[in-house]
Amino acid sequence: MQTATPVPHDVSYLDYQGKYKGIFAWIFSTDHKRIALLYLYSMMTMFTVGVLLGLAMKLELIAPGRTIMGPQTYNSLFTVHGVIMIFMIVIPGLPAVFGNFMLPIMIGAKDVAFPRINLMSWYFYVAGAFLVLASVLFGNGTPDTGWTFYAPYSFKTGTNLLPAIFGAFILGFSSILTGLNFIVTIHRMRAPGMTWFKMPLFPWSLYGTAWIQLLATPVVGITLVLVALERIFGIGVFDPALGGDPVLYQHLFWIYSHPAVYVMILPAMGAISEIIPTFSQKHIFGYKAIIASTLAIAFVGYFVWGHHMFTSGMSGTAQYTFSVLTFLVAIPSAIKVFNWISTMHKASINPDIPFLWAISFIFVFMIGGFSGLVLGALATNVYVHDTAFVVAHFHFIVFGGVGFSFFGAIHYWFPKMFGRMYDKVWAKVGWAFFFVGFLTLYSPMFYLGMMGMPRRYYDYLPEFHAANILSSLGSWVMTFGLLIIVINLFRSAKNGAIAPMNPWNGKTLEWTVPSPPPVENYEEIPVYGEKDGPYEY
Amino acid sequence: MYILSNTVNASNFVHGVDKAFFLIMGISFVFLIGLTFTMLYFVYKYNNKRNPVATQIKGSTKLEIIWTIIPTILVMVMFYYGWAGWAPMRTAPKDTFNITITGRMWNYTFQYENGKNTDTLYVPLNKAVKMKLISLDVIHGFYIPAFRIKEDVVPGREKMAWFIPEREGQFELFCSEYCGMNHSYMYTYVKVLPQDQFNKWYADTLKHVETAVDSPTATGKRIMKNIGCFACHTVDGTKLVGPSLKGVYGHPVTVTTNGTDREITADDEYIRRSVYDPNADIVKGFNKGLMVSYKGQLKEDDIKQIIEYLKSLK
Ligand code: HEC
Ligand code: HEM
Ligand SMILES: [Cu+2]
Ligand SMILES: [Cu+2]
Repeated sequence: MQTATPVPHDVSYLDYQGKYKGIFAWIFSTDHKRIALLYLYSMMTMFTVGVLLGLAMKLELIAPGRTIMGPQTYNSLFTVHGVIMIFMIVIPGLPAVFGNFMLPIMIGAKDVAFPRINLMSWYFYVAGAFLVLASVLFGNGTPDTGWTFYAPYSFKTGTNLLPAIFGAFILGFSSILTGLNFIVTIHRMRAPGMTWFKMPLFPWSLYGTAWIQLLATPVVGITLVLVALERIFGIGVFDPALGGDPVLYQHLFWIYSHPAVYVMILPAMGAISEIIPTFSQKHIFGYKAIIASTLAIAFVGYFVWGHHMFTSGMSGTAQYTFSVLTFLVAIPSAIKVFNWISTMHKASINPDIPFLWAISFIFVFMIGGFSGLVLGALATNVYVHDTAFVVAHFHFIVFGGVGFSFFGAIHYWFPKMFGRMYDKVWAKVGWAFFFVGFLTLYSPMFYLGMMGMPRRYYDYLPEFHAANILSSLGSWVMTFGLLIIVINLFRSAKNGAIAPMNPWNGKTLEWTVPSPPPVENYEEIPVYGEKDGPYEY
Repeated sequence: MYILSNTVNASNFVHGVDKAFFLIMGISFVFLIGLTFTMLYFVYKYNNKRNPVATQIKGSTKLEIIWTIIPTILVMVMFYYGWAGWAPMRTAPKDTFNITITGRMWNYTFQYENGKNTDTLYVPLNKAVKMKLISLDVIHGFYIPAFRIKEDVVPGREKMAWFIPEREGQFELFCSEYCGMNHSYMYTYVKVLPQDQFNKWYADTLKHVETAVDSPTATGKRIMKNIGCFACHTVDGTKLVGPSLKGVYGHPVTVTTNGTDREITADDEYIRRSVYDPNADIVKGFNKGLMVSYKGQLKEDDIKQIIEYLKSLK
């Protein structure tokens, strides 16, 4: 921050009165904490839209044949749902909200390295979101290609695809800028004495993630530009009618989009690695093993994209190489699970609400991971690829993984962020409905996939009916839980009991600053001594 | 459930695929249940009421090594079974019964070596069947769950799939790769017949095509149904992806040719051009590139029959 007069240290970032008033005090603020909340609110808005679209799809699928909409509408719904959920929710995900808010505080810094670029990345986010919404509301028809924009259908469809593609392109820039900012912040701004191996695990996971964002996102950027050029000028890179190659498109798309899965899940794992030691009141088990597995995932994750394309057309050698690599990338995730569970051994566990989210995260993440093994093996992949099995798998990993971790993180850091505590009884009720609803919603899709029901199906044969009914019921239960959770948090942010500085007795640095933190976090930059560490209970 | 039910051994691949499936699911279930119960047990046993002070343990190199090596071995076993169940799908034997499968929005047609065309896949029991997969427009997925096979059908590439049907009966054949509006209606059936019945069907239907059918327009209608025109066109005036064909014949239509609009009358030549070269004249208000040429799939004679049928749609 480049304010001329020093900011008073006893004013929280929420109350601070700067140059601008009202809403401008927020949207022109370069304070990493305010930007984090801008992200939180804009993501919640988009998430609401995404959930409503998901509910509408599940309502349509409650019975075969037409229920509430026609096939074209359904196809647009899963496209917009997928684009919103992937590009606007889980990719910015935990880094944009908790990374922005907590990273500087956790490493003892006053802000990120480039506060203005940080604000710019949020502007990009908003611009991208508006473009995607524009493609829905204007032009001749909502995009209907699926979030994967596969060639050559993406050139045949008459719908309004271009704004959505440019939206995704701009959202990519937002992601790159955040990654760049975090890398520099972590390299340059750690508190004196905080060596790399004294850094908490959440910043470590952000570090691994940031490299993926920086290196992989440009690939999808170029790919989307090529799709746009092909649509406008027919340059003939991907369209076989013009001599292009549609499978090339898939390679380029997944070279980004597989690592993107780790952009989503690594920070989620990082947050879990903070919650578990705090509520166990115990040093994390295998600190270095968890770091090593984070870096291994970030690295090997670049080389497995082909597992999305086992039926697209590749040489046999390419196919089994991708299969082996896919199995290898599963091992670091397993190592993390073993270390989390071992942290609970001989601990002193406070099974409070963030901890409930963390252990339910481990459970759904294991299911997602095990179903990933089915998809990594060649024979079984060919069988269930492009079926409801895959839909179940990625909702378990991406929604189960990122979603459960996000809710765990918000219940964990909420008292720090807003200086108030939420109602714990309602939080537990919401969690219970959400957890049960989640399993009821997505588990039947595993079964449907094994029966052979393809994905992106507006209509289905009668034999798939029963499992679809169950799944639709689950979507209502889960949404009910979601409502309870969100209402509870909203009310508590205003009226909750005043939260102490360190409600969970955590040992990382964010618990040493007041709740909510003052504008510049620290009056005096903390210093890590020889004996200090993030998990020294 | 397919994987357990009467599709056991419906094709030569079922055994290998299901073995890999059971193995992976089996190991996964053991771990899922084991780890979940360990976790719950710790949460119970080391609850802060029962255990107010934690014992600080920072890690164990021995354990880290053990739980790196054991999962590595297990996943390599899984990889092996996955590979073993899949490898035979890559190479078809020499002596096969050959069928060409053409995918387009939104149906499959099956072409046999004797010139037969169907919309249902008929195959002889216990004989290796090899399929050439061709797409005329976008990517489709050729998927027979009961046989455990799937292969994307990619325009501009000729793909191959093969299997030996080992069980008599009727099985579903889906399009598994999203291909636009009616993707979920792009399914049909595989009928597995014993060799003698199959031979009879193979020869018998040939005769049907040659002999005249009941009414003069029925042939045209049947050709259109088999080749899948009704996925995009109705005959009752409602608009789908393409214009309704009701009352088109003999009436003026506005089309765009090379970027300029003009009005022409839908005569024989126009219908012929619409089928063989659909993107020459684009009907106003519809999209280019959706309908692709039927050259090679429909003969001049078939077009005549279609025209007869279209004439009847007043
Ligand atoms: C994938 C969808 C699709 C399929 C399948 C399809 N068509 Fe079309 N058809 C269209 C579209 C879209 C148009 C309008 C654009 C154009 O003129 O190319 C059209 C136009 C036509 C026209 C001109 C209609 C008019 O109002 O002038 C005729 C005739 C026609 N199709 C006949 C057929 C026949 C016969 C078949 C089957 C052999 C068939 N179509 C299969 C999509 C399809
Ligand atoms: C209320 C919550 C949700 C419901 C009810 C829901 C439901 C669905 C349904 C029914 C489909 C379509 C499946 C098909 O037809 O093949 C789908 C697709 C998808 N969902 Fe969700 N979902 C929810 C939340 C999420 C979240 C949080 C994510 C973020 C990771 C997500 C990501 C996706 C993606 C990427 C697709 C694929 C879209 C495509 O095929 O192009 N969903 N979802
Ligand atoms: Cu992947
Ligand atoms: Cu399809």
